[in-house]
Amino acid sequence: MIEIKELHKSYQMGSNSLHVLKGINFTAKEGELVAIMGSSGSGKSTLLNILGMLDVADSGEYYLDGVPIKDLNETKAAKYRNQFLGFVFQSFNLINYKSALENVALPLYYQKIGRKERQEKAMKYLEQVGLKEWATHLPSELSGGQKQRVAIARAMAAEPKVLLADEPTGALDSTTSYEVMDLIQKINDQGNTILVVTHEEDIAHMCKRIVHLKDGVIVEDKKIKQVRVTQNV
Amino acid sequence: MFNRDRWKEILEVLTSNVWRTLLTAFGVCWGIYILIILLAAGKGLENGIKKDFGDIATNTMFMWTRSTTKAYMGLPKGRSFEFKLEDVQTIRDNVPNLRFVSPRNRLGGFRSASNVVRGIKTGAYNVYGDYPEIINQDPMTVTSGRFLNQNDINEKRKIAVIGLGVKSDLYDKGEEVLGTYIKIQGVNFMVVGTYKKNSNDGDGEEAQKEIFVPFTSFSQAFNTGNDVSWMAITANDGSSISVLKERIIQTMKNKHKVHPEDQRAIGYFDLYEQYNRVESLFGALKGVAYIVGIMVLLSGIIGVSNIMLIVVKERTKEIGIRRALGEQPWSIKKQILMESIFLTIISGMIGIVFGALFIYGVNALLEAVGPVDMFLNPSVSVGVVAGALMILMISGLLAGFIPAQSAIKVKPIDALRTE
Repeated sequence: MIEIKELHKSYQMGSNSLHVLKGINFTAKEGELVAIMGSSGSGKSTLLNILGMLDVADSGEYYLDGVPIKDLNETKAAKYRNQFLGFVFQSFNLINYKSALENVALPLYYQKIGRKERQEKAMKYLEQVGLKEWATHLPSELSGGQKQRVAIARAMAAEPKVLLADEPTGALDSTTSYEVMDLIQKINDQGNTILVVTHEEDIAHMCKRIVHLKDGVIVEDKKIKQVRVTQNV
Repeated sequence: MFNRDRWKEILEVLTSNVWRTLLTAFGVCWGIYILIILLAAGKGLENGIKKDFGDIATNTMFMWTRSTTKAYMGLPKGRSFEFKLEDVQTIRDNVPNLRFVSPRNRLGGFRSASNVVRGIKTGAYNVYGDYPEIINQDPMTVTSGRFLNQNDINEKRKIAVIGLGVKSDLYDKGEEVLGTYIKIQGVNFMVVGTYKKNSNDGDGEEAQKEIFVPFTSFSQAFNTGNDVSWMAITANDGSSISVLKERIIQTMKNKHKVHPEDQRAIGYFDLYEQYNRVESLFGALKGVAYIVGIMVLLSGIIGVSNIMLIVVKERTKEIGIRRALGEQPWSIKKQILMESIFLTIISGMIGIVFGALFIYGVNALLEAVGPVDMFLNPSVSVGVVAGALMILMISGLLAGFIPAQSAIKVKPIDALRTE
């Protein structure tokens, strides 16, 4: 599903350049749930941004579902993001003057899906994350966990190939963190490929595979036994 | 463009900070209001002045003789001469594109003694000897009976067409006018028609106190022989009398043995030139109104552009989210542009409405207090309003352009990082 070869990325910081990613090779198959771990500055967010086409690598190859991702202009990148990717951010990033339902429907709008179908679909995904009754509420009327669930519903609404989550539990307490991870596990159970960037050990262990990043290189890549949040699936 | 979600969003954004939107809108509103009022005021002035020209054919000159100031061909200077009836044909033969050449004679004049008698009533009026065409050059409405015709000229009939002012002086109310006789300097003329002129300037009253008789009857009755005291000459539409005038005057100078460089011998008044001068004055006035109005409007537009920049700045993160979710850059650009155009057009239309109300108020006031000299019916045409809307549309586009550009210049990753 995801294949990257020899990925390099450096940032220009004034006169000196900061080499963040120093040749990353990484593959993720369909249906995987991968945790990307590392201390701050290890390059994990940069990697995720490049995977999410929000940033461009200096060199290296990137295939997403067999499609080579290169020479992106903004229009093309926007199209790919919309078709292939779903994002979940640490700070939720909901649009605060739109209701939960409208937020979820947004990616569908960019796919030019008709209004009625859009709302039905959005409602379906809201129901999946258990927030059907909150559909008309604004983000400011929701709790942190609810906001993140709306964000996940929004990321899933476009039916992306890969879900990218950047510290999805970073702003949440542990109880709500587990709720969110439970949701992510369930979505993974349906066969979706998910990448989670985190620095929390317990969150990482709820995934199926952990990739450790240190100083811009992968130092460890192992399959683990997944810890289920709820055992009685 | 007619996308419900897009419009919903435009309204959401613009109503999220109502006061700011209103103040911004006021700038544009005020600009277009000033523009409309300036144009209407200019139009009012123009209408007022043009009304003073009345219905007179404006492509017209008047020409008369004076004494010569240069000796020529053995004739002394200081010689007086008269136009003759044959001169009309000479002018027609030598100068093309003339529509009417009317010889005219006149009896009486300003503050002259009474020259018209009917029974025991008398009055002093201008009595003109004219050809029928004069009604096209100095338009009047025949209110009863008829005007002069060619048979009157040919048979030298002693008939007269009198103004309503003459009628009210010489006749009692309700008295039959047609078929009665009036005595002009001792000669009886039968009244065959009455007229009314529609002019509202200073001599409006005077214009209704004229008497028209056939040119030939005039010559015979008052012993003017072949003399013509002045001519009214109108050019065809499409050729200017101001251009033809030199040729006409030269022709007359030749005919009457006047030195070609004698500037004083033939007097003239070029109505068309005067009219054009007034016309170009109003052209300039309109230009000034447009410039001032658009300048004021421009400051409003800059206000809109400023606010849109701030809105874009405020929404940087939101725009980043949208782009991460896959919104196309041009779609974001379109959104910003439409917000800007929408704001400009709505506020502009409010300005137009207020301007129209103001003009309506002024018109009502003018109607209530009676006509004001040189100012009449200030108005703006539908074309001007359409033009103003066009200007608004373009300026909205311009106002939104820089903010829209800056909205898509931010990379989504940078936009998302902004906290």
